[in-house]
Amino acid sequence: MKNKRKNRLYKVFVYVALITLAVSIIVPIAWVFLASIKQNNEFYGDPWTLPQGFYFQNFIEAFEKANMGTYMLNSLIVTLLALLILVSVALPAAYVLARFKFKVRKPINTLIMMGLFINSNYIVVPIFLMLLDGDKFLQQHLGSGFLIDNLFILALVYAATSLPFTVYLMSNYFRTLSTSYEEAAYIDGAGYFKTLITVMAPLAKPSIITVILFNFLSFWNEYIIALTLLPGQNKTLPVGLINLMAGQKAAANYGQLYAGLVIVMLPTLILYILVQKQLTQGMTVGGTKE
Amino acid sequence: MNRRKQKNIFITLCLLPAILLVSIFIFYPTLTVFFMSLFKWGGYSPEKEFVGLDNFKILIKDMMFMRSFQNTILLIVLVTIITLALALIFASILTREKFKGVNFFRVIFYIPNILSIVVIAAIFSAIYDPTSGLLNNLLGMLKLDGLQRMWLGDQKIVIYSIAFALIWQAIGYYMVMYMASMASIPESLYEASSLEGAGAVRQFFDITLPLTWNTIRTTLTFFVISTINLSFLLVKAMTGGGPDGSTEVFLSYMYKQAYTNSSFGYGMAIGVIVFTFSFILSAILNKITEREVYEF
Repeated sequence: MKNKRKNRLYKVFVYVALITLAVSIIVPIAWVFLASIKQNNEFYGDPWTLPQGFYFQNFIEAFEKANMGTYMLNSLIVTLLALLILVSVALPAAYVLARFKFKVRKPINTLIMMGLFINSNYIVVPIFLMLLDGDKFLQQHLGSGFLIDNLFILALVYAATSLPFTVYLMSNYFRTLSTSYEEAAYIDGAGYFKTLITVMAPLAKPSIITVILFNFLSFWNEYIIALTLLPGQNKTLPVGLINLMAGQKAAANYGQLYAGLVIVMLPTLILYILVQKQLTQGMTVGGTKE
Repeated sequence: MNRRKQKNIFITLCLLPAILLVSIFIFYPTLTVFFMSLFKWGGYSPEKEFVGLDNFKILIKDMMFMRSFQNTILLIVLVTIITLALALIFASILTREKFKGVNFFRVIFYIPNILSIVVIAAIFSAIYDPTSGLLNNLLGMLKLDGLQRMWLGDQKIVIYSIAFALIWQAIGYYMVMYMASMASIPESLYEASSLEGAGAVRQFFDITLPLTWNTIRTTLTFFVISTINLSFLLVKAMTGGGPDGSTEVFLSYMYKQAYTNSSFGYGMAIGVIVFTFSFILSAILNKITEREVYEF
């Protein structure tokens, strides 16, 4: 009897703890969505009131006045470009490191493993200065520099800083595949490149999907590198959001800020709802976080 | 062309782009950090002056740096202990207890992890706002006015406000990780101990904890590295290190010195300390948590 009561008490406690955390996550996010359709004067006073109407103007202003439309396009370009570079560089490297034996394999593997421990936030400023130096050099010899404020360079930096982990993950995946696929391809007379593209790349699809999912999120959400390497007018969404946050203190454009938040958040939330199973399972394949 | 030569060409072409990118954008900048920490250099001017270890000597006397050091350590300790405990408890409840909504909680708890730190900073700014913030108004509604605070304005409290946001962000990620590890523990172990009369708490300490120990150890390194990182991202977007340096952390101070303040050499000396610190701390944690691995 005593045990049963203790058990029930424990269950109640467990539920309360779980629900508290769930509420602390759902409520603020739902609040942002509601705040994004509030009019500016509704932000003075009690924040817990529901919006009086559907003030869609916030989104229009965020897109037009705060440039979130352009920033969104920039974010999309950088994210897709970075993913494309990342997969097309990491896949062949991972395959070779997993399957071939050659003299410098060990040092290259060590290099990749060392790269795992270097976080991109530690080296943003040196990267920026290196690109600045590059620009100076280009200016002297070509008349103009193009390394700073360049979306392609930003995508390249994103891809490069994600390479060690991606190569590590993909080559682990290749090691689990049977060698009989390649042997069959070679017997059919296929060359190395043909085998990689037509046989091995399709087989690696699950690991490619995991890589794309995780890196989509981290590229889309990244802001320190984007802030540093794009000091001009060209910005990505999260950096634009920081500007809105800073501006909000002065101009009190709350509606625009929360509309901007929704614009940044929504794509990741939609992606998450669609693929949450792969995402939370893919992580256990060996996910670390930036 | 013979097969062997073909093979070598293939290997080279496959590896070259990756090696080039990693060398240019990871290893060269990292070497710059260590090398430039020995120079007095603004970053933009051509004059570089070799000063040996002078930057480090200044660093020891720099009160602001010491403050960022303390804040970083405080955050690592708080975030690791609280997140680890909560994530472990929730994970074991969600894998062990058979009740409705397990999947619901898992899906919800993971959401903060997919949000940009900028979004999290904006959400918590809205929560912590002194007059129109969600938290103070909620406390007002509950007639707990006495608990209302300047969550981001009070120097004594603000670091804990940051810690709370970091914990909120991290729990789901580690929970999902521990759940995966716990799911592989065979049910028969629990059945056997249950027959011997062990309760849920006892089972947690005798079975779940030892058998997930390796995962826990690995995540300790993640905790160190990601707290150093995420605290920087959050602080930069939310408080800018203020008020008056009370939320300054390692990397935010480094960024400030190297980028905003144009003391590049000095900033890089901070970078060297951060690298060394995170490496040594991870190694120590790894060493002291070494246990015999239990097989099942």
